[in-house]
Amino acid sequence: MGEEVKKKSRPAPDPNSAKYKLGQIAAKAYTDAIEAKARGEMVGWCASNFPVEIPETLGLTVCYPENQAAGIAARGGGERMCNEAEGEGYSNDICAYARISLAYMKLKSAPEQDMPQPDFVLCCNNICNCMIKWYENISKELNIPMYIIDIPFNPDYEVSEDEVEYIREQFWDVIHQLEDYTGKKWSDERFKEVMQYSGRASRLWVEATSQAKYVPSPFNGFDLLNHMAVMVTARGKKEAGDAMETLLKEYKENHEKGESTFRAEEKYRIMFEGIACWPWLRVTSTGLKSRGINMVTTIYADAFGFIYDDFDGMCRAYANVPNSMNLEHSRDKRVKLCKANHVEGLLVHTNRSCKLWSGFMPEMSRQIGEACGIPVVSFDGDQADPRNFSEAQYDTRVQGLMELMEGNKGGK
Amino acid sequence: MYTLGIDIGSTTSKAVILKDGEEMLASSIVIATVGTDGVTQVIRNVLDESGIKEEEIGCTVATGYGRQTYEGADYQVSELSCHALGIHHVFPGARTVIDIGGQDAKVLSLNEQGRMVNFVMNDKCAAGTGRFLDVMANILKLDISELETEAAKAEKVASISSTCTVFAESEVISQLASGTAIPDLVAGICQSVAVRVASLAKRVGIRADVCMSGGVAKNGGVREAMARELGVEILHDENAQLMGALGAALYGWDKVKSVG
Repeated sequence: MGEEVKKKSRPAPDPNSAKYKLGQIAAKAYTDAIEAKARGEMVGWCASNFPVEIPETLGLTVCYPENQAAGIAARGGGERMCNEAEGEGYSNDICAYARISLAYMKLKSAPEQDMPQPDFVLCCNNICNCMIKWYENISKELNIPMYIIDIPFNPDYEVSEDEVEYIREQFWDVIHQLEDYTGKKWSDERFKEVMQYSGRASRLWVEATSQAKYVPSPFNGFDLLNHMAVMVTARGKKEAGDAMETLLKEYKENHEKGESTFRAEEKYRIMFEGIACWPWLRVTSTGLKSRGINMVTTIYADAFGFIYDDFDGMCRAYANVPNSMNLEHSRDKRVKLCKANHVEGLLVHTNRSCKLWSGFMPEMSRQIGEACGIPVVSFDGDQADPRNFSEAQYDTRVQGLMELMEGNKGGK
Repeated sequence: MYTLGIDIGSTTSKAVILKDGEEMLASSIVIATVGTDGVTQVIRNVLDESGIKEEEIGCTVATGYGRQTYEGADYQVSELSCHALGIHHVFPGARTVIDIGGQDAKVLSLNEQGRMVNFVMNDKCAAGTGRFLDVMANILKLDISELETEAAKAEKVASISSTCTVFAESEVISQLASGTAIPDLVAGICQSVAVRVASLAKRVGIRADVCMSGGVAKNGGVREAMARELGVEILHDENAQLMGALGAALYGWDKVKSVG
């Protein structure tokens, strides 16, 4: 007969800690939406880089399918949901977030992370164009309106005034359409408040993530992959800024005390490029930590810094998100992060789901490697489909990267 | 001082015993790997061949796909660094190493001291690896060792354009059915591997001397196709498949020396 295994009880989380506060905000985004739906209010599904300020100012409750898909994948449901979508005829080649979301639209339930069905969808193609078809399908299948803001890929380094004007007109058009459909009203006063909350959360996020400038870093970069959920779903809320303030305070204290959330000796510092490999998060994290490799920064440290002062500034900020920037601008942002955070190597996730991002990474990462004098190594994976990853291949590449970094330090 | 290098690959286990980081006293290749007695067997083979007792081994280093699971090693090092060390030992002028193993292909760039300074590896696809050749040899009912002699008989290299192993398998079957000569097909298969890996090599940058290691380096058909693709001479050693194990033994010798 088997013996009872006594598990060690985990200490209760400190309700004053940033981790707890951020976790609560991320979880509350879902419970708020479920409760709103139960009260008979309209709920939308919203793209992660859609201007959150619009639904927030209008007082509309929205959920984020990308965030939900990441959660489902991280908790082991990615393969099941992808299979479900593929059974519906969706290609294995399209984004796994899209497949999981489309499967969820059909199943309306997932034990890993539920959220209410939408009454409208808010789409913005500044992150990718697959999103347009994904949201169109939801709109057609559920017979609900889709509101789209077209922010095309910007081949120029800066955002032009023409582009700002093009986006501004669309923002107002969507705002008016949403007012008509939902009965909610835009308020400039409320917008200013939301803008302040979003700006405060963004500034604190950027400052907190910049604490990796210290050696050793006061945090494990994998923390950012979890904490950024709040920047995706709640950056326009006051409590997001409060939690980010706590996070910054903790990281500063960690530095002063010589502590870190990276629970190992920090021997090497890398930048991780690409969306996390959510189904294999523990494996990818352990493969680094066991070798003393801390992922000290990622483009997310910069990407969620939505800092602006007025409506046009907001238009410009949403045209300046990673997947809509040209290669040179994208490269320079990463080079800046690498140099500011004393990065010694770049690990690139060739993400089978994200053709846009992974497509320009070989050349961009080559240029980053040259500009920073650091080795660049890539591995195959997927943000949500676990079938596109090999643990052994990942491990060899990470060990190879470590050996290159060690060689650069003058060791063997 | 004796050091033992063990390369536990995806299809074979290899071992080398070195004396004082120079003289290869024994070597062995066993077609069995992790989860079998392949590792035990290959170690027994080199101990028997050299007449050295296990306790006389000063340092054991494991590399290859199964390096993490082998518990008898003092160190474990990636096959990337081990191939670099092994090749540098045999060809001190080597600056580019093309290693094609059972399930992956790697191209390494070495500096003047033989240290790996950059590398690229294949993606998750099996095309351009030893597994691709295994599958193709199986369709043609040839032993893998016969591919070189068959390729040499080719009059016209058949075009195998599919990058996917499974699709390429269909393509080969289709060409067989339409009467393409087996040597021409074998030459096309070798060419296909060379084209695939050459594109990886170009990403790292080709600097002479260019050497091949790994099991596929034994195949002259692939070597010649690679030389054509890259426009450079391809060096290889008769012990090409042992370069990883040799590098592991050399790493062990280096560690022993540094400890004193």
